[in-house]
Amino acid sequence: MAVRVQTEDFDVGAAIDAMTRGATGIGSLASFVGLMRDHAGGAAVSAMTLEHYPGMTEKMLGDIEAEARRRWPLIDCLIVHRYGRLAPGDRIVLVLTAAAHREPALAACQFLIDWLKTKAPFWKQEETAAGARWVEARAEDDAAADRWRRD
Amino acid sequence: MKLRYFAWLRAKTGIAAEQVALPDGVGDVEQLVRWLIARGPGYAEVFRERGAVRVAVNFDYVGFDHPVRDEDEVAFFPPVTGG
Repeated sequence: MAVRVQTEDFDVGAAIDAMTRGATGIGSLASFVGLMRDHAGGAAVSAMTLEHYPGMTEKMLGDIEAEARRRWPLIDCLIVHRYGRLAPGDRIVLVLTAAAHREPALAACQFLIDWLKTKAPFWKQEETAAGARWVEARAEDDAAADRWRRD
Repeated sequence: MKLRYFAWLRAKTGIAAEQVALPDGVGDVEQLVRWLIARGPGYAEVFRERGAVRVAVNFDYVGFDHPVRDEDEVAFFPPVTGG
């Protein structure tokens, strides 16, 4: 189980190598990489600053990962999320899930990014020609997370 | 207790964190919010639209009816936008 919250970039290939090296029971590995877009709502975005709540962020990501492991037979799992100032094209978040077969790896990967987006305490502030603005939560993200709800 | 504010809420309160003694008569988040609103216009503005504010006590999401104690860390912030 691994969760990392950091300002520095991450190497996707190195992370995959580290997860699979010697772990020959893994037959499938799914990955999600979130990148900073250069536009939002019809406006050009020149940079973005990600703020988070140290302590709660790690706890929430750990809780989300534990929930994924309860739901699917994962062999390994990694969440890396950056904070601080980012430029268009920069990597923001990495989710890796490894399992014996593809179904649990793919489903858990999508679950993790969907839940992370609505539960992990990160906030984005975009810089545009009109000034800085806080990104607002999207109803589509709530709907995506709700698909995984079990009442 | 420790109070923390994030994102645009922090811009309204003017501070990221503060240490306050549990005020008399405050036993839950709702009562704490009412006490904060009475402290000044910045706080009142934060809580004007209650539905736009999320609350965490000791790193877990809670509702406005959740109890608060003097040793708690209580955070107020807008809906999250990571990922």
